[in-house]
Amino acid sequence: MSNVSATAAPERLGLLRVLGPGHVWALGVGIVLVGEYMGWNFSVGKGGMIAGLVACWVAGLLYTCVAMIDSEVTSTVAAAGGQYAQAKHIVGPLMAFNVGLFLVMAYTMLEAANAITIGFLLDTVAGMLGHTGLNQQPFIIMTILALAYLNYRGVLASLSFNLVITAFAFVAIILLFLAVQFGASAVPLDFSAVSNEPLPYGWLGIVAALHFGLWYYLGIEGTCQAAEEVRSPARSLPFGTMAGIMTLVIAATLTWYVCSGLIPWEYLGQAGTPLFDAARVTGSSSLMVLLFIGTVFATTASANGCINDASRAWFSMGRDRYLPSWFGAVHPRYRTPYRSIVFLIPIALIFALGAPLDQVVTFSILSGLLGYTFMTFNMVMFRKKWPLGTIKRGYVHPWHPLPAFVLLVLCAATYFAVFLGYGTQLIAMLCFYILASLWFHFWRYRFVKRGDQFTMPWPRPQGY
Amino acid sequence: MAYQPPKQSLAGQIVDVVVLLVMTVGALYVPLYMGLAGAAKTPAPIENPTWEALGQNEAEQSQWAALGFPDAASANDIITARFDYTFSWAALIVMVVAVVGYFILVVRLSDKEYREVIEERFGKNGKG
Repeated sequence: MSNVSATAAPERLGLLRVLGPGHVWALGVGIVLVGEYMGWNFSVGKGGMIAGLVACWVAGLLYTCVAMIDSEVTSTVAAAGGQYAQAKHIVGPLMAFNVGLFLVMAYTMLEAANAITIGFLLDTVAGMLGHTGLNQQPFIIMTILALAYLNYRGVLASLSFNLVITAFAFVAIILLFLAVQFGASAVPLDFSAVSNEPLPYGWLGIVAALHFGLWYYLGIEGTCQAAEEVRSPARSLPFGTMAGIMTLVIAATLTWYVCSGLIPWEYLGQAGTPLFDAARVTGSSSLMVLLFIGTVFATTASANGCINDASRAWFSMGRDRYLPSWFGAVHPRYRTPYRSIVFLIPIALIFALGAPLDQVVTFSILSGLLGYTFMTFNMVMFRKKWPLGTIKRGYVHPWHPLPAFVLLVLCAATYFAVFLGYGTQLIAMLCFYILASLWFHFWRYRFVKRGDQFTMPWPRPQGY
Repeated sequence: MAYQPPKQSLAGQIVDVVVLLVMTVGALYVPLYMGLAGAAKTPAPIENPTWEALGQNEAEQSQWAALGFPDAASANDIITARFDYTFSWAALIVMVVAVVGYFILVVRLSDKEYREVIEERFGKNGKG
């Protein structure tokens, strides 16, 4: 086993290390909290109220495994791109290219879903005020452009902005829960559907619901994208990610409770803005305004974080020449991956303006799911190639390989859940990734500098 | 000797970006645009609907009213819509093969590339 030779890395403009654990928490929860404000409720539509709750908790277990695994690998591979950089060092360039695409597609589709929700919400509110038929498209376009501009100007400003609006959106859920508990709702909480029609699709509905159950937490692994911009990755990344998971489990449970009690499950299962709808049912103007602002803030924070993460994954691939190197440029003044930010805008717009919400959400979930599947064998390979003690790890997760095994089983169940009703999207997505992989391996890889793909100061991997 | 990749021209870079865009939009957006994808629930509305016939109790009726559905007829489609989860085992097997095959393909090709990376970074046979 030989050590890496001390070759001087070529000088290049790096990203600024300005983020603390609070920013990591805000980045993770900011992207994900929108999952409580929209999308999760499609799980109720796929399986009923009980299935929605079971999906919430099972998905929570899945993401606990994701957070455990990711904290160990990311706190050790602290480079921009998160899982992308992990795949590059542990599995190989083609896997890294795929993981980069998973991240870009998951976040760009989530960004599109957020913009759709903002348009839908404004349309709903305009209708309540007597102005029906609002054209949603200008609001969708403005949302994406404004947030892209904010990201273009700088990561600290955009993530500090996220910290504030994420906190507000979280507090809004708590306030709604407390208000409903203390009798502020004109309509009582009603859980009769839990006993009268607990499983409208039977046990199969519970599995099917897992598809959208992921939406409660999807994107929490985005904390890793900012690894190169975090002041102390070994401490901040595990702390920020775990705190984020705990925040989301609480918010998800409260959300399910309030929405299931205030909204008939048949409506809830197809609602565009469930928490805002729950506030409407209470009849309280204050709660409606609160949840309107909360929904706008949650979707904005999420879209903002998505642009941040997708552009960094794209930037990393450009810097490594997996994509044209033009994308690997850092803005000379703002130190942001500005070309990647600008390039991804039209892709987000195409889907935000032309695809239904549940389809866009499904594409985002599928890309996330492929990424979680990768994490299972990536973790096993990581421990096998560099056993404990051979390299310095920022964090060592317990009970390996149990979390990886549980994650794999839950991923398999979720593939089946997506297959139930959305099998065409699953096949379309796989076709896309297979085509992209063949394109990369047989064409694009010739432009990649082999030795530059391994930048960590680690010894040679065992078995190679 | 370290592998020296060819320098890609600007035109080549633009072509690569276009190829990626075409793959993204072609594989993901076109099926949606053509209506080939999607899992729409199918409503099975009942005739002369009442809240009771639709299984909605008093509290649920007031919830529907607050959501802008004043009578049972207006909520008929939403309440009676259901997914169809019948599936063929052949389709399930195709899905399993596609998912597993995709990961096998990527991991095997990646491993081939990874060995080149390690060899260039550390030298042959561990003599880095």
